[in-house]
Amino acid sequence: MAFDVCRGGFDLEVECRFQAEWTVIFGPSGAGKSTLLRLLAGLEIDEPSRRPVVRVVLDGKPLTDSARGLRLKPGHRKTSLVAQQPALFPHLDVAANVGFGLHKLGRDERAARVAEMLELVDATGLRRRRPADLSGGEAQRIALARALAPQPRLLLLDEPFSALDGAASDALLLRLQGWASQTRTQVVMATHDASDALAAAAEVALLHDGRLAALGPAGQVLAAERARLLNRLR
Amino acid sequence: MDWQALALTLKLATVTTAILLVVAVPLAAWLVLGRARWLAAVEALAALPLVMPPTVLGFFLLVMLGPRTAFGRGIAGLLGHPLAFSFAGLVVGSVIYSLPFAVQPLVAGFAAVDPALVDAGRLLGAGPARLVTSLLLPLARRSLVAAAVLTFLHTVGEFGVVLMLGGDIPGATRTLSIVLYNQVENFDYAAADRTAAILLGLSAVALAAIYLSRRKADRLGLGGRQRGGSRD
Repeated sequence: MAFDVCRGGFDLEVECRFQAEWTVIFGPSGAGKSTLLRLLAGLEIDEPSRRPVVRVVLDGKPLTDSARGLRLKPGHRKTSLVAQQPALFPHLDVAANVGFGLHKLGRDERAARVAEMLELVDATGLRRRRPADLSGGEAQRIALARALAPQPRLLLLDEPFSALDGAASDALLLRLQGWASQTRTQVVMATHDASDALAAAAEVALLHDGRLAALGPAGQVLAAERARLLNRLR
Repeated sequence: MDWQALALTLKLATVTTAILLVVAVPLAAWLVLGRARWLAAVEALAALPLVMPPTVLGFFLLVMLGPRTAFGRGIAGLLGHPLAFSFAGLVVGSVIYSLPFAVQPLVAGFAAVDPALVDAGRLLGAGPARLVTSLLLPLARRSLVAAAVLTFLHTVGEFGVVLMLGGDIPGATRTLSIVLYNQVENFDYAAADRTAAILLGLSAVALAAIYLSRRKADRLGLGGRQRGGSRD
């Protein structure tokens, strides 16, 4: 992927290749993580002050190539995004939310997939609840189930566990890693929390001021962060 | 009481409202979901009847639909009669005249839907039609009701366009507003009182229905900006 995007006074200039099954984009708030995920997902960004240069290729197939005026629609990229805010559809119950992206499946297949996804995120008991009746953590689980249900090739996670406590977050991360590995789904997760990045034990792209500062194994790229966390524990 | 005029007025308002909802829902969705800058010009065009004097609009339509233009002659050839001074002509005029009353509440309602929900729908493969039917309309249903009621009432009270484009043909173009105008012109104030009371009553009942439905929606927690989310 390659981006050269300007939003207001903020420049995002990134060019890299994510090859690992699980990549963490790590950086402080405002580093450009969410913008980068939106561009990967094919969503528009607000009012770019100059023409953005964006090139996203997945499995050798271009999804976005601004030079050629190509941008596959978000629903046609086999890509799902779990944003920081769960954005559950308030007029639909949990089961309908999770099944929203499965309209091409038959009723039975859809129901089975919804049940499978709810089980994966440990939310089977919530299927008839409305989003307004869910806690923040429950809503994030449902948003994750909804994003996984269409079985995307690329899963984008933007601080997806921010409303979950440490233990619940770790447990869900473990389940998600197992699922991604089993279904050969490539995951790109943005976080500003070093412990999330280290727990994922993945390739880490360090983003700073809209630039890619480092890309490599979590242990290497986040060595300083790891030492800081360990010092805090002592 | 001119029952024929009342029936014609209600028929005109019903047909106009039905047509306008079919036209205004996709138009409003396009204006809200579209990103092109020139959509501002479309929005301005759709709002033009708000500031255009009804008599001017009626005059333009009378000329355009009459035998002086190729368009008017073409329509007359197609239907076997000119559109001007007919019920169908009144419907065309009413649809154009009431367009902003259908489009603007819908634009406001659709724009109030959290963009994150629309993004989520797009990511899950929803095209424009499904975004409208599965997300925007259910989340902005009060705006749909408001658009329908405002369009209906605006058409019921229409005078300038009706007079210019339809004239005063009983059973074809004579609506209650024309009847009221005739009654006042003939100094028949008793009859004019009754006609005016009916027009006023229709407006009051319909507006009360809008506000009642709004209060009911607020009680059920469906009011205000629709955000995806949860309690914390």
